[in-house]
Amino acid sequence: MLDIQVVRQQGSFQVDAAFQAQNAGITALFGLSGAGKTSVINMVAGLIRPDRGRIVVEDRVLFDSDRGIDQPPEKRSIGYIFQDGRLFPHLTVRGNLTYGRKLTSRSLRFIGLDQVVGLLGIEPLLDRRPAKLSGGEKQRVAIGRALLTSPRLLLMDEPLSSLDEPRKEEVLPFIGKLPRAFMIPILYVTHSVSEIQRLADTLVLMHAGKSIGAGDVNEMMSRIECQSIIRSDAVRAHTITGWRNCRDSSTS
Amino acid sequence: MMEAFSLTALEAEALRLSLWVSGWAVIGSLPAGIGVAWVLARLKFPGKVLLDGLVHLPLVLPPVVTGYTLLVLMGKNGPLGSLLQNTIGLSFSFNWKGAALASALMAFPLLVRAVRLSIEAVDQGLEAAARTLGARPLRVFFTVTLPLIMPGVLAGVILCFARSLGEFGATITFVSNIPGQTRTLPLALYTLTQVPSGEAAALRLCSISVVLALLALVASELLARHLDRRLKG
Repeated sequence: MLDIQVVRQQGSFQVDAAFQAQNAGITALFGLSGAGKTSVINMVAGLIRPDRGRIVVEDRVLFDSDRGIDQPPEKRSIGYIFQDGRLFPHLTVRGNLTYGRKLTSRSLRFIGLDQVVGLLGIEPLLDRRPAKLSGGEKQRVAIGRALLTSPRLLLMDEPLSSLDEPRKEEVLPFIGKLPRAFMIPILYVTHSVSEIQRLADTLVLMHAGKSIGAGDVNEMMSRIECQSIIRSDAVRAHTITGWRNCRDSSTS
Repeated sequence: MMEAFSLTALEAEALRLSLWVSGWAVIGSLPAGIGVAWVLARLKFPGKVLLDGLVHLPLVLPPVVTGYTLLVLMGKNGPLGSLLQNTIGLSFSFNWKGAALASALMAFPLLVRAVRLSIEAVDQGLEAAARTLGARPLRVFFTVTLPLIMPGVLAGVILCFARSLGEFGATITFVSNIPGQTRTLPLALYTLTQVPSGEAAALRLCSISVVLALLALVASELLARHLDRRLKG
């Protein structure tokens, strides 16, 4: 269960997002670049502070401006997979993987190093440094590093956008397996329709800082295809590719 | 012939004292240097320009001014000097500790500058990532920021050490020129130039200083390369 309502003024740009996702699974935040998607997940992670609002993950209130609750990022038990990986260059892959694990209390751990290494296929990389990894390998290590903190929610900020097609195919299946394998919900930022079709359970549409619609992915997709929302400028802009993809997939 | 390469008692004493004083100058100023560099690199606050200026002041002031200021503030009867003497029994007047303090102060801007540049070059995204992995800010500093700025810290340490080895003006003003206490290499050299027959001995001290400075620079270059290789895998 994910319940997010956040408002934040950033210069002349206002982020104002509100959405809920009931089931563990992948919730995609979808919108153009500059729609405020990354700001929203940075607020969920606690890296930036909403001016007001409420962030609830699995019954835990992480932020509530009315009640003065604002947990620091290290207390939120949220794994964050950044667009650019952000592996620590001074540590080996093993050092990166265990960085957060060592800070997670034993009783909360639900996944082991061997399990993660096996799932992500990164065994041969363990003693290398991040500088010697390919983009796809880096993202897999980043996913492993976040998983090993035994998080209650995973945030992914366009984790595939820096990868070329074959590398995307290398990482995508792992992401798809995560929610069911570990019962961890994922909040997934993307502007790719094909990623949504392959991964998402719930879809949240964002435009110009606002969340303009949220719901079951199939329902939302059909709305994107046929409904008035398309005529709103929100989707018109992306959509040349977005819409075409939708149609292609429904006719094929 | 071999005698030409072995140090006289006077040279050995000056060399030992120089290394001792410079070593303590570095050790004593390093934590403060990293702290001030971090504050200047990361925080925004009113009066930041003033702090920045104050840190850099010894670089542009005549060293005699710095030395005299130290004498007035930190001497036996100075406000800070007497306070330290009475509370923790620490005295900087006319001993090697005073020489180390003067050296540290003179070298401080170089240390802060090197460390600050490297802190500014650290990707703050990595620190944010460490926070999301469960590390508090202090732990982030020691496990992510500090290892990443090590090359800069090292450069700062070497600069600070080398600058301390050469410290003259502030030292002689603050703690005078006392054999075994404050007569470091430059002061010993100066003393020799003041006596009629001291030229040959002065030249030897010159060579020692050159060799020492060169060793420090080569060592820092090698260490920097080693660290660089570690970061690049």
